[in-house]
Amino acid sequence: MTPTLTISRLTKRFQSVEALKQVSLTLAPGKRAALLGHNGAGKSTMMKIVLGLIPFDGGEVSVCGAHPGSASARVQVAYLPENVAFHPALTGEEQLRHYLALRGENPSQATELLSRVGLTHAARRRIGTYSKGMRQRVGLAQTLIGRPRLLVLDEPTSGLDPVSRRDFYDLLDGLSAEGTAILLSSHVLTEVEARTDRILILSGGELVAEGTLADLRTRAALPVAFSVRPAPGHAASLAAVFPEGVQGDDGLLRLSCSQAEKLPLLARIAALESAVADLDVIPPSLEDIYSHFSRRDGQ
Amino acid sequence: MSRILATAMSEFRIAFRNRWVTIATGMMVLFALVLAAAGSAPTGDVGVDRLSVTVASLTSLAVYLVPLLALLMSFDAVAGEVERGTLPLLLTYPVSRLQILLGKLLAHLAILGLAVTLGYGAAALAAIWSDPGAIAGLGSLWRLIWSSVLLGATFLGAGYALSALARRPSGAAGLAIALWLVAVVLYDLALLALIVTDGGGAFTTHALPVALLANPADAFRVFNLSAAEAVSVAGGIGGAAGTIPLGQSAASLLLWPLAAIAFAVAAFRKVMP
Repeated sequence: MTPTLTISRLTKRFQSVEALKQVSLTLAPGKRAALLGHNGAGKSTMMKIVLGLIPFDGGEVSVCGAHPGSASARVQVAYLPENVAFHPALTGEEQLRHYLALRGENPSQATELLSRVGLTHAARRRIGTYSKGMRQRVGLAQTLIGRPRLLVLDEPTSGLDPVSRRDFYDLLDGLSAEGTAILLSSHVLTEVEARTDRILILSGGELVAEGTLADLRTRAALPVAFSVRPAPGHAASLAAVFPEGVQGDDGLLRLSCSQAEKLPLLARIAALESAVADLDVIPPSLEDIYSHFSRRDGQ
Repeated sequence: MSRILATAMSEFRIAFRNRWVTIATGMMVLFALVLAAAGSAPTGDVGVDRLSVTVASLTSLAVYLVPLLALLMSFDAVAGEVERGTLPLLLTYPVSRLQILLGKLLAHLAILGLAVTLGYGAAALAAIWSDPGAIAGLGSLWRLIWSSVLLGATFLGAGYALSALARRPSGAAGLAIALWLVAVVLYDLALLALIVTDGGGAFTTHALPVALLANPADAFRVFNLSAAEAVSVAGGIGGAAGTIPLGQSAASLLLWPLAAIAFAVAAFRKVMP
């Protein structure tokens, strides 16, 4: 299957700053990739290059087999900018009718698009009166116009409440099932975890990690934390068994080990039987994995 | 074409909501009626119908008002989109920058056309009402309307260009006012000063016609005055109108909008969202 988006050795510099260094990635139809990174890591720059909004200095970018920003690429790509804005004097419906007309679609689809993002009640109100979340929904609605083959979404769920976020990811699931490739950036790691096929971590303009969450977890090899609650009267004896542990003020004994040592350690704790009141195993969080990769190279 | 029309529809709606349609039309009607009332005195023995005289007065009015209205409507066109943050999304749509500007131009020209038609029309009605013979001047009224639209197109294009160059509405507004002052007010003052110092010499006979054709506002004035053969009632810079062939001023009127829009598109292409 030909990839919808191919980026190879992409380089972009702004004066003396290298915003993107030799970034390569491919995105197949129907796949969802999440782009993570600090502010200024190059996420938005990369998206703008894919959209053809800004030129690049080196490497190659192919969007649906065409040059980014070319007429044929623009027909097949939809974009949701970060903090999407519209003219405040237009109503949601008028704005969508306009966008439909620009894509050569029937403007009467505006009503249906607005109902898909739950904005039917505000269709005839001016966008100037909308909340940030409502504007974001208008932004989402316009990305659904004309079955795009590639969706580029810059922080799409910012300003949305948790329920709307879930609805939004349901919409994306539907689109990717129909073969739309999706490239999105997000700060909210937990939602990206469950709803994307691949995670890409950009740091200082470089792609420092790429893979499924499980891949990244394995590669990061971050320690697993144990939190052991001793049975009453056994705190001292437990501490003696695990001298490497740290005794907290809350009475919990904290241990950590590598992935490989996890099961043996668990067996040692279990062997203590009645001396242990409770036990929690805490795997490295997505935040831990993210910081592990994005802080490499002295960041 | 449908993309241009869709853009024009949206722009017209926005201009209507922002009361530009009302402001432009109200301004033109008000000034035209004041002129019609004030200018009705010196007729009678000039030998032309009352409407032609009104058109001569309206020409002097339009030279100031049409560029001003055009610049006021256009200075925000690109800079406003940049400031609101609506430009990046728009540019990812399958619509070219030329189409975007043409759509805006179409909407703004429609508003200008409406404003001048209603404004001049009101003055014409007043003239015909007081002198039925004034109906003979309808031809010059029509000429004034379409040449006003062309003059407006030139300054709309210039406004878009300044808007794209400034990239911020405040900067664009400043540039637009500066352009209006230079092109419409100071240019003529400078020419008048040169005529006075020249005393009918080489400048007045050779350079002045070129200088008048080089400025779209003057070309507009010269075209309407010489076409209406109402030079005698106009005076001032307009007095020079008789020496410039009609075809030349018409050509200047037609070429300026094209040049201004080409400049605007070139400036807009340089805007990186």
